[in-house]
Amino acid sequence: MENPYLPYPVRIDDIQIATEDKSLKTFKFVFLNEGDEEKFSYHAGQFAELSIPGIGEIPIGIASSPTEKGFVKFTVFKTGVVTSYLHNMKVGDIMGIRGPLGNWYPWDLLENKNVVIIGGGFAFTTLRSSIVYMLKEENRSKFKNIDVVYGARSPGMLLYRDELYEWEKRDDINMHITVDGTDDPTWKYNTGFVPTIVEEKAPKADKDSYAIVCGPPIMIKFTQPSLEKLGYKPDQIIMSLENRMKCGIGMCGRCNIGKELVCKDGPVFTLEEINKTPKEY
Amino acid sequence: MKVIKIDKNSWTKGIDKSREAYKLFGPVKDKTIVIFKELEQGMFPEMEYTDSVLSAKSVIFPQTEKILGGSLDESIEDHHILKRPDTNYSPRAVLGIRPYDAKAIQLVKLNFDTEDYRDPYWCDAYEATTFIGLAINEPSAFDFSTLTDTGPFGEEGLDILLVDCKEEYLAKVLTDKGETFLKASGFEESANTKPSLKTIKALQSKAEKAITSKIDSSKIKDKTILELYEAPFWDDLAFSCINCGTCTYVCPTCWCFDIQDETRGKTCSRFRNWDTCMDPLFTMHGSGHNPRGEKTQRVRQRFMHKLKYFLDKYDKGIMCVGCGRCVKHCPVNIDIREVCNTMNSYEKQE
Repeated sequence: MENPYLPYPVRIDDIQIATEDKSLKTFKFVFLNEGDEEKFSYHAGQFAELSIPGIGEIPIGIASSPTEKGFVKFTVFKTGVVTSYLHNMKVGDIMGIRGPLGNWYPWDLLENKNVVIIGGGFAFTTLRSSIVYMLKEENRSKFKNIDVVYGARSPGMLLYRDELYEWEKRDDINMHITVDGTDDPTWKYNTGFVPTIVEEKAPKADKDSYAIVCGPPIMIKFTQPSLEKLGYKPDQIIMSLENRMKCGIGMCGRCNIGKELVCKDGPVFTLEEINKTPKEY
Repeated sequence: MKVIKIDKNSWTKGIDKSREAYKLFGPVKDKTIVIFKELEQGMFPEMEYTDSVLSAKSVIFPQTEKILGGSLDESIEDHHILKRPDTNYSPRAVLGIRPYDAKAIQLVKLNFDTEDYRDPYWCDAYEATTFIGLAINEPSAFDFSTLTDTGPFGEEGLDILLVDCKEEYLAKVLTDKGETFLKASGFEESANTKPSLKTIKALQSKAEKAITSKIDSSKIKDKTILELYEAPFWDDLAFSCINCGTCTYVCPTCWCFDIQDETRGKTCSRFRNWDTCMDPLFTMHGSGHNPRGEKTQRVRQRFMHKLKYFLDKYDKGIMCVGCGRCVKHCPVNIDIREVCNTMNSYEKQE
């Protein structure tokens, strides 16, 4: 059997600054060895360890969609030793990727359902992967209505802006883009915090509705009551958690919430499942 | 059941013979304490010890282990590509491991050898190892292994159980691996099975009777995780803890680890090191947020993991083998037996 600690060698193929404050960059990687891309086949919602030899590893959600071939994409916030080093790396540099890791959004369950996707700040990466996956021609008919509420501090802090504005123009997805505040007089979308916009714009729940929520802890906390008001039950609210991780394969012991390991049993849980565990995330 | 008789006068000669086929590990005196180490030529296991300060877990799971390595020199091919180092996994034998430590390795195996992933470093070391146990004739005051499904003569996880009978060892041959080791050592004199098993039985019941601790975990499985997690006693239990982490390092069933990279010139290495859930850094997020930032949360995590999460997850009992090391070495006298009894007898007030 293969060594789960051994990363696939990759080359940085492209680096894009993702936000106006330059704290986030999107890295596009291509696999060095033929066959590795296939071995890395993933589902929207999974994550991977970005592995820089001599520096260390970081767990990051996969931002590209399984429907996009030839590369994998990650958007990384500069915060610690590894992410700061990564932000200074160049196109052409060699590093590693280990994964895919963790579970994913329950795509089988979501078939023929209404899906509302709620994201805030940097936590839009696996949601971007999900939207691209759902909007792909051969997949779109598998889902009923798709709504997206996505908010950031200001217009320049929204990730994947070009794609957001493209999706805004489509009639098979309802976009509700919002910012906390802006002094831009031409801003034509929403202003207000995500929980408020959810309450105002997100569709009411019926038995065929699911919400996927991913964002900072404070956003998650205040979005829950909004979803409850709209009629979403704990088993209809799907969340992706984060915790400090090292191994990513359920062995090193630090990311647990109760007996569940966020890296292996998660990162995706329903609120119903989370309600049964200690809130150690 | 085959029993082999080993005259103590031929013990060192047999050990030396076994070195031709095995790399040996065993308990040795290191200054004032006994720990498990590789036995180089001329070194023999300390067989008179009561408790080793550290368990034998390091034979399978070293305190520091290089898991990957590579070169950062861009002028050579394969630079920045990590590879597994060439570790020697030829047959090894650990001599004089106590029954509770052998049982602990079986519990830890549930973590490292799973349906989804196999940790190759742990599993390769485990598979290469023959476990030669030494029964505990006189348990220490800290030993409560009879209450954790092990006991001073427990056989789980062992290939051979040695019983010290003054002039000789009686060796119960438990597996084929054990038989192979005894052959390689030249220990082949069969004992008369019936009377020797009787001798062993007598020593066993004497040893078991010497353990007088009381610990009961039987009711923990009927309580929910949240019931115990939210119980009011954690602040009191954690009050004196200084988060030194000693309990986690001396514990034979603690397996948590950290992964760290190091560079020396153009060479880079990735290591894994024992880690401890008592350290706030263990769970600190990049943002500074820490889900277990408070001492009480960390103490609760350790005991909930050992006595409740593990029990619920694997249905193989609690993650404690009753060696008593954490009780003996805790600088502030936190006692897992008391914690276990407190959890077991807790009834939520409606």
